[in-house]
Amino acid sequence: MKEGNRMLSLYTLLVFIFLLGPLIIISITSFEPGTVLKFPPEGFSLKWYQNIFEVSAFMETFKTSIIISLLGNLLALLVGVPAAYALSRYRFRGRDTLNAIFLSPVLIPGIVLGFTLLRYLIVVYGLPIVAGLLIGHTVIMLPFIIRVIASSLENFDFAVEEAAQSLGASRLYTFFKVVLPNIRSGILAAILIAFLESFNNVDISVFMTGPGISTLPIQMLTYVQNYFDPTIAAISVILMVLTAALMFIIERLMGFAYFTKR
Amino acid sequence: MNKRAIYLLLPGLLFLAAFMLVPITLTIASTFVQDGRLTLEGYLHFFRDGYFNRILLTTLRVSVVTTLVCMLLGYPAAYYISRTSARKKSLLLALSIFPLLTSPVVRSFSWMIILGKKGLINSFLVNTGLVAKPLDILYTPAAMMIGLVHLFLPLIIITLLGVMENLDHELVRAARSLGASPFAAFRKITFPLTVPGLIIGGILVFVGSLTAYTTPALLGGKERVVSTFLYQNAMTLNDWQAASVIAVIMIVITFVVVGLMNAWANRLNPKG
Repeated sequence: MKEGNRMLSLYTLLVFIFLLGPLIIISITSFEPGTVLKFPPEGFSLKWYQNIFEVSAFMETFKTSIIISLLGNLLALLVGVPAAYALSRYRFRGRDTLNAIFLSPVLIPGIVLGFTLLRYLIVVYGLPIVAGLLIGHTVIMLPFIIRVIASSLENFDFAVEEAAQSLGASRLYTFFKVVLPNIRSGILAAILIAFLESFNNVDISVFMTGPGISTLPIQMLTYVQNYFDPTIAAISVILMVLTAALMFIIERLMGFAYFTKR
Repeated sequence: MNKRAIYLLLPGLLFLAAFMLVPITLTIASTFVQDGRLTLEGYLHFFRDGYFNRILLTTLRVSVVTTLVCMLLGYPAAYYISRTSARKKSLLLALSIFPLLTSPVVRSFSWMIILGKKGLINSFLVNTGLVAKPLDILYTPAAMMIGLVHLFLPLIIITLLGVMENLDHELVRAARSLGASPFAAFRKITFPLTVPGLIIGGILVFVGSLTAYTTPALLGGKERVVSTFLYQNAMTLNDWQAASVIAVIMIVITFVVVGLMNAWANRLNPKG
């Protein structure tokens, strides 16, 4: 067994080198002083980090990405929280089916969803492209919002809510004063996970960009297809730091158990 | 059904109906109509065309290989993580979740640095004299596969970990106490009980690879898969009819694969 264990731990080590190695390499190359990405870099320079702030398209699309993710999150919460509440609170026929419907946006290939939204939202319904971008992001965030919030509602004892109501509190009042505070950390975690999902999204955004509007991942994609300097490596490092920070908060809020549940 | 539940579910349902169900249904319907009459012409045109069949075949091949490699790399790693100490376990879990939450653009780009003509692998091979001139790795199906394995490996590790954590270790202990060797206990107890998880993880990887856009777009170069072909038809060639047909084909393949493999996983699941 000991021998087998050592082999297995070596194997796992190699798997993790494969998984994390490229991310480490990209971080190191971001300090390359020259104009061509190289590994190992030929020196140390922060000029590509500076370049991010000088290329206005990066800053603009970064802002757009954040605004779209936050607004989309808000919309998804608005329709998602009541749905998650109903799905966890009430037992009724067809509940499983409704559950499946709310999670179905993850089943539709993103690129297909993006295309159909372009074809109908923009062209047939005549919505402006920004609205399409926002709606598309809301659609893909909704399943994450509902799933994470529903799973924190699973741990909430609805008897507490009934007690408050029997003491004369209104339904809305108990929801905001009793239920919501109890699942606060679940809601925050849901917001962060949905935020990352939207912020990193390419499949929907790639169809919803037009003159003057684009998101950061799309801007990065276009940039990589035209230039091969270390700017994208520098942005990657910044994004990874952001991801790590959000991940740390998610772990504090509800642990990583959510991720291993399917 | 509870009236209150209906009111609470309605906004979400209307939202999904308007912005997902209707657009998709209309797209599907549009592929069967041409010049005002019902026809299968859109599909026949595609399957008669060798170019599209080649793209479909490349996509399926890349997805199958990606799935198998992910299973091969992910299963032992997940098994190791599930058996290791609590501290190591939470560290390794965090290290698997981190890439999952990192942008696919970043992750695919990192492979461009490694696989490119002047990339890490080629400069090593050329500098050591193993090859005379740099190999073409980037912009091939192989590059796509490497990128996709990298993209989806965390997903299968995490899924398998969830299944392995729920495994009843008393069963393994019982087998051992009855004289089974560690390997026999693994082969007869642990592995069969975790196969459904392996299939579920496999579905996620397969469907993910089949429909991924970013990684093939960056690492595939001129090499097309169905998702990049859909994009090209919609945005570069402005052939929305063709793009819609590809979209429907993708939906059908996804649903068939998910349905079949889910049924298979359920049948293997001893708990039913």
